[in-house]
Amino acid sequence: MPMPEAVLEVTDLVKHYPLTRGILFKRQIGAVQAVDGVSFALGAGETLGIVGESGCGKSTVARMLVNLERPTAGAIRYKGEDITKLSGRALKSVRRNIQMVFQDPYTSLNPRMTVGDIIGEPYEIHPEVAPKGDRRRKVQELLDVVGLNPEYINRYPHQFSGGQRQRIGIARGLALRPEIIVADEPVSALDVSVQAQVVNLLDRLQAEFSLSYVFIAHDLSIVRHISDRVGVMYLGKIVEIGTDTQIYDHPTHPYTQALLSAVPVPDPEARLHRERIILTGDVPSPAHPPSGCRFRTRCWKAQQLCTDVVPPLHVPPEFRLPITPLSHPSACHFAAEKQVVPPQGELAPPPPPPEAPEAPPKFL
Amino acid sequence: MLLEVRDLHVEFTTRDGVAKAVNGVTYAVDEGQTLAVLGESGSGKSVTAQAVMGILDVPPGRITGGEILFQGKDLLRMKEEERRRIRGAGMAMIFQDALSALNPVLTVGAQLGEMFTVHRGMSRKDARAKAVELMDRVKIPAARQRVGDYPHQFSGGMRQRIMIAMALALEPSLIIADEPTTALDVTVQAQVMDLLAELQRELNMGLILITHDLGVVADVADKIAVMYAGRIVEAAPVHEIYKAPAHPYTRGLLDSIPRLDQKGQELYAIKGLPPSLLAIPSGCAFNPRCPMAQPVCRGTVPPLYQVTESPVPRTSACHFWKECLHAHA
Repeated sequence: MPMPEAVLEVTDLVKHYPLTRGILFKRQIGAVQAVDGVSFALGAGETLGIVGESGCGKSTVARMLVNLERPTAGAIRYKGEDITKLSGRALKSVRRNIQMVFQDPYTSLNPRMTVGDIIGEPYEIHPEVAPKGDRRRKVQELLDVVGLNPEYINRYPHQFSGGQRQRIGIARGLALRPEIIVADEPVSALDVSVQAQVVNLLDRLQAEFSLSYVFIAHDLSIVRHISDRVGVMYLGKIVEIGTDTQIYDHPTHPYTQALLSAVPVPDPEARLHRERIILTGDVPSPAHPPSGCRFRTRCWKAQQLCTDVVPPLHVPPEFRLPITPLSHPSACHFAAEKQVVPPQGELAPPPPPPEAPEAPPKFL
Repeated sequence: MLLEVRDLHVEFTTRDGVAKAVNGVTYAVDEGQTLAVLGESGSGKSVTAQAVMGILDVPPGRITGGEILFQGKDLLRMKEEERRRIRGAGMAMIFQDALSALNPVLTVGAQLGEMFTVHRGMSRKDARAKAVELMDRVKIPAARQRVGDYPHQFSGGMRQRIMIAMALALEPSLIIADEPTTALDVTVQAQVMDLLAELQRELNMGLILITHDLGVVADVADKIAVMYAGRIVEAAPVHEIYKAPAHPYTRGLLDSIPRLDQKGQELYAIKGLPPSLLAIPSGCAFNPRCPMAQPVCRGTVPPLYQVTESPVPRTSACHFWKECLHAHA
């Protein structure tokens, strides 16, 4: 399938946090392998969703993309240039183009700064974008763009609701007119009725400013709505990646299948129809990941091969030809199709109800 | 009926005025039944539960009206001594954040055992054996070895199991679970909800599940009460509400779930923000955000209309519930 020109290319990204013992003489006794060999490309104007459970390394990837963390190894190429090797002025100019929106709108805004100062702060670092006299007007424009009243410029964060604060965070991310926005769980702290508003805003801004998004979240339905492609992470690795249809309708990795089947479906009829894969146990510690396939300790298909050999992330040979929705990279030795979520509107008729209850339960 | 809450009112005195957190909530749950209370933050769903449990902070909180009947007796007229005996043995609560709900300096065995030493007068040794039994019951692996561990040594899902074990210790007839899986990952959430549902069936308990997640509700609930600004705006059996909501707020919530056929389109979003409890709009509290609002909605508080009588009654607090019901069908 035609790939738009990649604006961001990540190759074998690794982030290990050393574990040390001793106070004066620190010895490294191991490492938390937060991210261990992640590769993907982000096309211009594209939205790449990254999903996974807590501790899978998705936020660490986000922080490396915007250079808040230095990778242990690997490359992040922005338009062909490896930004992990840059420093000083060159780095500064690249960072202007990759901005971040944080998860928690309550802690990511400085409570002592006015909204005008928060959104205008990027201009202090990149004065070339907006000359001093012009900044107030620019900030007011941004407030308008994200759907806030431009007159709020002198207010403080505590005077806003969660959804409005997230809009402020988005306005700050937009201030330098970046090409790429990395959004780390941008709606998960918001109320359900407000989430949709912010998702719509992000969608509209993408079209208006031709942005590329890396959209990180654990809410699978929102990720599907907003993403062109989706990558599924488990314990520091991408286990499966593809277009939204490939991942959601034709997952071949057992973890993706389990994840999708575990999501509660907002349709009581679905209770009867779907098969749920309940995984046993918890995610292993990234300080001591299992050998071979990292998912094998919770996988119902695991065999000796999974312990011995790390499955590479590639299109499984049996699905290479002919090209079907199954032909997408999946890091499993035994990748196979398994439909877990019935396509919407195609539910089989429910089985007849058991005998009518003797007395209808009294209600409210 | 196991539990009946009738026209409950709760207020909080704050520096900025009186916050009306619960404004006439009525709901009921029977043995073996699961009632989901659905609402966003500030809708009063947790405050109602705290009033039922008797763990409301008074002051600043104050129950200004209503009754809470548990097995026919009004809890609000009981002495504190009596209520204490009911808490734990008659009803128990599971909290959202297990790490802050458990005592970090006591072993889980000691905390589980306390239920038996305090309520049942058991010796410490017997209580510990009971604790192991409970941990087994909620499927914590190697319970015997782990009974002496501290809460921080368990993963989030395991801690939530310990919370469940603690709530079940005295086999209460009612469990109130306040966002029991919100802090957990999807795959662990499924494990915990399954466990809770299984134990509920086994012990035939009533379950009040407080949540904001429409998916979780659809998975486990028998009936739903949707709360907004301290009132129940719609109450219905779970199947009916998802098919055809009778209140525009419920409809808005359901419509804002991303659906497959809407990919690439704008999501439906309820406009505006939930109201401040210090200044709840007059008339119907939802009217400033409602696409169907008419002048009457600003002037008159909608009563709870009966949408259907049989087989199970269904109510909606919307003047235009008929239009809403048909708009969706």
